[in-house]
Amino acid sequence: MGTRAETTFIVVSIFWAFIGIVCPILLQFCMGKSPNKGIVQIMFIMTAVCCYLFWLCAFLFQLNPLVGPQLESNLIRVMQYEWFGIDPTGHHHVKTT
Amino acid sequence: MGAFFRSEEMTLCQLFLQSDAAYACVSELGEMGLVQFKDLNSDTNAFQRKFVNEIMRCEEMERKLRYIEKELKKDDMKVPDSDSNPKAPAPKEMIDLEATFEKIESELREVNTNAEALKKNFQELTELKEVLTKTQVFFREYGSVGGEQSGLNVIEDAQNALVQEERGGTAVQLGFIAGVIPREKVPAFERMLWFACRGNVFLRYDEITQALEDPHTGDEVHKGVFIVFFQGEQLKSRVRKICEGFRATLYPCPETAQERQEMLKGVNTRLEDLTIVLKQTKDHRHRVLVSAQKEIHNWIIKVKKIKAIYHTLNMCNFEHSRNNLIAECWTPVKVLDQVQDALRHGQEMSGSSVPNILHRMKCKETPPTYFTTNKFTKIFQSIVHSYGVAGYREVNPALYTIISFPFLFAVMFGDTGHGFIMFLFGLWLVVCEKSLTSSKNSNEIFKMMVGGRYIILLMGLFSLYTGVIYNDFFAKSINLFGTSWKFNYTQTTLDSSHSIQMKPEDMFDNVTKSAYPLGLDPIWQASINKITFTNSFKMKLSVILGVSQMLMGVFLSIFNHIHFRHYVYILVQFIPEVLFMLCIFGYLIALIFVKWITYNAHCASCTPSILIHFINMFLMKYTKPNMTEAYNCDMMSPTGPYVQKQLGCDSQTIFYPHQQEIQTALILVALLCIPILLLAKPFILRAQHNAKMRMADGRKQALGATSHEQLVNNEELEGHELKSGENGKTGIEMAGVSSSHVAVAVSINGGTGQTAVTMDEHEEEEEKFDFGELFVGQAIHTIEYCLGCVSHTASYLRLWALSLAHAQLSEVLWGMLFRAGLKMDAPYWGGIIVWAVFGAFAVLTVCVLLVMEGLSAFLHTLRLHWVEFQSKFYHGDGYLFDPFNFKEQMDPTLEDK
Repeated sequence: MGTRAETTFIVVSIFWAFIGIVCPILLQFCMGKSPNKGIVQIMFIMTAVCCYLFWLCAFLFQLNPLVGPQLESNLIRVMQYEWFGIDPTGHHHVKTT
Repeated sequence: MGAFFRSEEMTLCQLFLQSDAAYACVSELGEMGLVQFKDLNSDTNAFQRKFVNEIMRCEEMERKLRYIEKELKKDDMKVPDSDSNPKAPAPKEMIDLEATFEKIESELREVNTNAEALKKNFQELTELKEVLTKTQVFFREYGSVGGEQSGLNVIEDAQNALVQEERGGTAVQLGFIAGVIPREKVPAFERMLWFACRGNVFLRYDEITQALEDPHTGDEVHKGVFIVFFQGEQLKSRVRKICEGFRATLYPCPETAQERQEMLKGVNTRLEDLTIVLKQTKDHRHRVLVSAQKEIHNWIIKVKKIKAIYHTLNMCNFEHSRNNLIAECWTPVKVLDQVQDALRHGQEMSGSSVPNILHRMKCKETPPTYFTTNKFTKIFQSIVHSYGVAGYREVNPALYTIISFPFLFAVMFGDTGHGFIMFLFGLWLVVCEKSLTSSKNSNEIFKMMVGGRYIILLMGLFSLYTGVIYNDFFAKSINLFGTSWKFNYTQTTLDSSHSIQMKPEDMFDNVTKSAYPLGLDPIWQASINKITFTNSFKMKLSVILGVSQMLMGVFLSIFNHIHFRHYVYILVQFIPEVLFMLCIFGYLIALIFVKWITYNAHCASCTPSILIHFINMFLMKYTKPNMTEAYNCDMMSPTGPYVQKQLGCDSQTIFYPHQQEIQTALILVALLCIPILLLAKPFILRAQHNAKMRMADGRKQALGATSHEQLVNNEELEGHELKSGENGKTGIEMAGVSSSHVAVAVSINGGTGQTAVTMDEHEEEEEKFDFGELFVGQAIHTIEYCLGCVSHTASYLRLWALSLAHAQLSEVLWGMLFRAGLKMDAPYWGGIIVWAVFGAFAVLTVCVLLVMEGLSAFLHTLRLHWVEFQSKFYHGDGYLFDPFNFKEQMDPTLEDK
């Protein structure tokens, strides 16, 4: 795993863990008396689980791709030039990001 | 959470109401709307019940009110909307109401009959006036024929005109008839006259331009004036009969012009008088209606409430000895205090001194299911109820549906742009909910959408998120973090071919970037093989999500087993179910994750094909690679020690040590679960039942004599006079089994009586135990579950199918419509063309992608919840709590919709 992916993994996991674990516990004290407390707690937990699982599948799927994209050559030219500043004709230009 | 996790605890109550207080108490309970009355007189028909007279009086009042409403509508006077909620009036006031309605109705009827008579008169006079004026014209014409004879008697003129050929001879007398006939009948009338009188009559006809109003129906009719000349009595009678047949009204028309003038003058005066009288009648009617209009809303509600109360009172038993009405009702346990309050209030209002009694009863009947919902949870609960009402105290799937429904919808809908539009629409509906819910706009579809505003809001919100993960924003991707694929192609490579397939082992930046942080890499949107890539992703995702949801459903059944105290079911039903699912589909998911994490492009040819391995697992077919020790993908990389040929692996060889043993074990466990699921529960239940029977028999024999005494004792206590509570516990410890067990808690009008008595008597359980039926039921359950696991997992692939369809439709709209407009090379007109093309793009996006796809995804999500999720734990065999509630009576009109 590269550095960007590792940081992403940690950040996103912490985010959804906060929503799915910490928020319901906080609610236990904030909304103590309300009859809807349980409903909101379950909503937080389920949102966190569903969304995290969804993101995780997308992430893990692209971690080790087995096939690559098939692109038109002209598009590759443009992408190389715009995103990476590589000019195959030999004139280098500063990458504009 | 308790309220929504399972349905409320309900109790059956007996109410003892004094007859004078009964009406007021029922009125209070109706305002509260929290008790459901049981019909104790279901075997008597409607006419034998006690309050049938009062109900007939109510119906009579309703009839009068309906008449008044109709009259109001005739005059285009609307019933004003008011939010007032008048309480049902006391029985004494009912007589006053009846008198008022009677007075108004009779007045209206009188006014109407008078008006009708006057209008008829008016019409006749108008017609007569027309006849007189028009015949004037006829006669003047004929008068001019004769030239100097213009002043002569018109008959002679006509005579001359008609019989000019006959010179001399006898002077014949011509008669005439004038009248008015509807315009449509004139041609037939003419023909009939011609045929009947053999052409010997002369008809002259002129239309009345002003349309006349038919007094009875109020329609407009067009009529015309006619005058028929004939000779002789025979023709006269014939013409008269024909006129009668055609419903022509005949008017006496004087012959001389002067008489006609006088008659015309008289008619005009009478017409003027009549107009004044008619106007006054109309004003009077209007006054009566205006005074009724103010009150009619309240009256209708009051009458409806009275009728409802008497219907409810009819369901109660009347006990003569104590002048009591006995009612049985279901009510949630937690509102018992409110019910007590209502009873006390009713007693105060009716001025009765004897308190009413509320009596809790236990019974074997299944109570109704009641969920307390607020405006947010109502829609989700109704979605679940549409399939089947939850059984009493069963776990409620609606709690989880709040999130899982929008989430699965969003997986199928997955576009940020469309999701955002849907979110905005839901937001508008929610923000304006007060005005939208109370408006009387009767468009059914819009009302449904307003009812579902929270679900639309959530669906839009989740679609925003899934659109970000799918990286789909109106069919375009957003490059937020920089693609993980790197480029270093030379000019020659790029020139050599039209398209290039990038190899992940070279072009994928594994070192600094690796996987794209948020969703799918933006490079894929532009690639030619995008669909192959996303197919693989979405199919696996669908299976993962599906198995997760099904597992959640199976785990929810634990709560049911624990609550209903069927602990043995956990062992015998839940564990085999979970093992079966986990061993087969849990293993599949584990394989998916392992392949994602451990295999990369360097050993692409050795990566196991999950499909093949899964099939081989069932066929027990295993191929071994050349190398026996474990290897991993990095060993095959350009820097690693091995080469593929050396390892002799392909997509079908086993890829981790002891794979064969583990997989065989899993299959065996799963197969073992099936007979356990099938056989264990019926046999265990039968053993339990037999043990209970033996115990019951044993006890019965032991207590021969004493039980009779208990029977007598208990029967006395069953009566309603529970003043003392000391003989509660006497016979019970001794009798293990005796007659009816009814646990009773008595509370008198909330608070004063401390006489809470509980007695325990056990009911003899004569339930039938049908082993055959149980066995067949369990067999069906087993087959359904095991086959269902497989078919439902496949069914979740619709998550993939619909999201693919949505993405493709979206791409078509962009590529073939909007992009075509943008690519045009017209310098100034291009702007206008783009404007028009965007209009088409927007309309199609909303109609096809939002409405059609939205409804389609909604339907599929509904199906996934109803069938795949709920079949794992939900029974749905209850009936809804239907409280006696006045809120339904608030509709201020008696018309049937």
